[in-house]
Amino acid sequence: MSKKSNYYNILIKRRLETLKEYLYLLKQNKLTFAALIIILFLIVIAIIAPIIVPFPSHIYGAVNPQDKLLSPSWTYLFGTDEMGRDLFSRILYGTRISLLGSLIAVAMGLLIGVPLGLMAGFYGGFIDELVMRIVDMFLSFPPLLLAMAIAAFLGPSLQNAIIALIVSWWPWYTRLIRGQVVSIKEREFVRAARAIGTPSWQIMYKHILPNCISPVIVQASMDLGGIILTLAALSFLGLGAQAPIPEWGLIVNTSRTYFLKAWWYGIFPGMAIFIAVLCFNLLGDGLREVLDPKTKKY
Amino acid sequence: MSNYFEIKDLKINFETSEGIKNVIDINELNLHKGETFGIVGESGSGKSVLAMSILRILSSPPALIKSGKIMFKGKNLLELKEKEIQKIRGKEISMIFQDPRSTLNPVFTVGQQIINVIRHNKFLSKKEAEKEALRMIKLVKLPDAKNTLHKYPNELSGGQRQRIIIAIALSCGAELLIADEPTRNLDVTIQAGILKLINELKEELEITVLFIANNVNLVFIVSGRVAVLYKGKIIEIGTSQEIREEPIHPYTRGLLGIVSPAEREIKNLTEANLKEGIKAENSICPYFYECKKRIEICKKISPTLTKVKVNNGHWVSCHRVIDREVDNESTSIGH
Amino acid sequence: MNQPALVIKNLKKYFPVYSGFPPRVKNWIKAVDGVTLNIKKGETLGIVGESGCGKSTLVNTILRLEEPTSGEVALEGQDIFRLNKKEVAKLRKEIQIVFQDPFWSLNPRWLIKDIVGEPLRVHFNLSSGEILSKVEKLLGMVGIPKIALYKYPHEFSGGERQRIAIARALALEPNFVILDEPTSSIDVFSQNQILKLLKKLKEEFNLTYILISHDLSVVKSMADKIAIMYLGKVVEYGPAKKVFESPAHPYTNALFKAIPDANTKDINSIIALEGEVPSAINIPSGCRFHTRCPVAREICHKEEPPVIKLSEEHEAVCFLLKKGERGESWL
Repeated sequence: MSKKSNYYNILIKRRLETLKEYLYLLKQNKLTFAALIIILFLIVIAIIAPIIVPFPSHIYGAVNPQDKLLSPSWTYLFGTDEMGRDLFSRILYGTRISLLGSLIAVAMGLLIGVPLGLMAGFYGGFIDELVMRIVDMFLSFPPLLLAMAIAAFLGPSLQNAIIALIVSWWPWYTRLIRGQVVSIKEREFVRAARAIGTPSWQIMYKHILPNCISPVIVQASMDLGGIILTLAALSFLGLGAQAPIPEWGLIVNTSRTYFLKAWWYGIFPGMAIFIAVLCFNLLGDGLREVLDPKTKKY
Repeated sequence: MSNYFEIKDLKINFETSEGIKNVIDINELNLHKGETFGIVGESGSGKSVLAMSILRILSSPPALIKSGKIMFKGKNLLELKEKEIQKIRGKEISMIFQDPRSTLNPVFTVGQQIINVIRHNKFLSKKEAEKEALRMIKLVKLPDAKNTLHKYPNELSGGQRQRIIIAIALSCGAELLIADEPTRNLDVTIQAGILKLINELKEELEITVLFIANNVNLVFIVSGRVAVLYKGKIIEIGTSQEIREEPIHPYTRGLLGIVSPAEREIKNLTEANLKEGIKAENSICPYFYECKKRIEICKKISPTLTKVKVNNGHWVSCHRVIDREVDNESTSIGH
Repeated sequence: MNQPALVIKNLKKYFPVYSGFPPRVKNWIKAVDGVTLNIKKGETLGIVGESGCGKSTLVNTILRLEEPTSGEVALEGQDIFRLNKKEVAKLRKEIQIVFQDPFWSLNPRWLIKDIVGEPLRVHFNLSSGEILSKVEKLLGMVGIPKIALYKYPHEFSGGERQRIAIARALALEPNFVILDEPTSSIDVFSQNQILKLLKKLKEEFNLTYILISHDLSVVKSMADKIAIMYLGKVVEYGPAKKVFESPAHPYTNALFKAIPDANTKDINSIIALEGEVPSAINIPSGCRFHTRCPVAREICHKEEPPVIKLSEEHEAVCFLLKKGERGESWL
């Protein structure tokens, strides 16, 4: 066997071992594990939603006036809304929107925030001042308010709401990373890398980043839940998804008018939001436990 | 004679990701009132665990005190309730640690910190406590005591901070001081000052000192009697003089730099060496894998402390001593 | 002919202290305040000093991790601060460092093979297979088995990690290696091993060492020459044997007498110096050691002492010494 393929084999084996260790630790906490299972379940639903939905035509259009505002039954598991659309189908499909939307928002937020934080922490001086003052400006606004302002400015739509969230969220990651970078860059292995002559970008991404990524991972997992909530809030306020998109927050918004007549209308989307956010929070918490004692070893 | 302080059959285990590890296994350890007793141990020997277990400040889990007694003035410290041991901490037994920076609270002046401790343990008015604090600062030979009272920890140097810590530790009349690596992070010229201070205070205040460090020479010049700790077991114990003149256990000899020719070769590590350390069991001498003088029996039974000579206090835990006749002649293991 | 391979001439490194608004430089931390040293090829220079003496800053400057405020450092004739990019890369191959903390000097998230292979990856265009074989060889030189390649630093003890750090330092085949307290964070038994290893490697590859340590037994066993530093300056310099036998400067004396060794009788045999090391912002006037010197005179408060040559290569900076002879016995 050539040296190279031998090397890959052992490398993969090693990485798998580490992954197994993490999973084992994660399993220890029953609550976190349950949350992880539910999230995986939600992801599966989001992916296969178009296929398993009982009334695909109800997702967007197809007005069905004779079945309007029916309470939950075997046909319509969550009841129907004022246009006779099956709420179960809509909420199921809404999983796609919420999960995808929050994933995009968090991913973009990280993509912008993390490199800025790395540079600010590593170079210090003027770059640090510049980036951190911008971050400070953004962080002085309550996130929801900021998102609202941007969404209102851009015009209400699902896409714009996601953009607004990206813009409001990236500074958190920058601040989180920058603090870590400042302390890690004094570590001897960074000095060692500089003495070897390793170029700065390599030091930032290969040396420093792997060592400060844990709190960011924890924060990002919790943010996946937080963003779902904020996205729903924006839609609830009319600044996010517009009808007929079956976004959870929007459904809750529309349910307000029929609150007394149709209890099922607001409860189910509300519960969906609640479960998703709760599970992400629990996962984030559990990850913090898992990642922390491991780093204590170092 | 000595029922002042006695550790008997102490076994402490630790829960680790690799199972339960035995960290301390001490059959007997006595302190005489008024002496300075030294414990030499490298990192991993369990010396800090031992020190913390006396004042019951080990976090458990992961530490588990499996069995044993720590007797102090007739009371078993391990059996006291939390409230009772609280009364002992600071007032009868006190402890100082290795890192003065993290032991002192950076947001209070050092004067305030001493006063807080005093007022917590004694009923004194603010003014009286301040006078006491001043007296303590002078006791640890810090110049310009009045101004020092109002300084914050970061305004003091490492050596000065350690003196403040000693002042705090002794402020409520403790009679047993546990010093766990008190000079580890200090410069050598400052270290000498702290060691001398501890010695002087011991005489002045008539206290007993348990001095723990990993530098064997340091421990020897400070202590009257010394115990050498290896992987949680005492492998040699005696007066500093005896052990210095005639170190018996191969580990002790190694610590003192007496290296046999075999050990002068550079050890090329093998796979076996890199495997995790053995969980100490009673069926093997803890020093077995490192020892160049081991014999068959060392693999089978863990040796117990045996007297080296009749009529003195020098004991060693090594099968090669047990094998021989213990008589009045010097016991050598054929080095 | 043993030409000096590393020449440090009157090196100064001051760090500015800002205060006020707008921030202005109010003061300077004089970390290194005029250090001149010549190191011959194949020698081991031991640098001894306590915290605040400037040895870390000195090392950082020699490695070009800091720019000096003034003075020069010449490696084999070339001023290291006037190099272009290519030459800087070459410099990195010439001089390497082994750090004090074997724990944090290796990236805890990297595999050993990547840690030791990093210098090779940065400077050469080798395939991963070639790098792997080189790394194996390097680890072999320091007595670490092949199986270590795919392990993480935390799976090793302090002494083993230090060996790995040495392997990494040797990857680029440097001529100079700076050893920054190589044994202070490891247990006594591994210390012996590491020192033996360092000596063997020095012989094998004709290395020049700059050894920083506060452990006198380490310096005694390895150094040819030693320099004692205090508050940014070298106060005594000479062949190791001579300096240990008859230390000339009062600080050297105090330093040696403060450290207990196998022959120290009891606590009264060690000497404690009065006072604390002054801050590097407020360096005392005249001789910077005068505030703590047990034999300071009037003149020591006022003027900076000259360099007195005690013998061919032994010199110290003190008024109380006369050329060619030692002054009175100090303590």
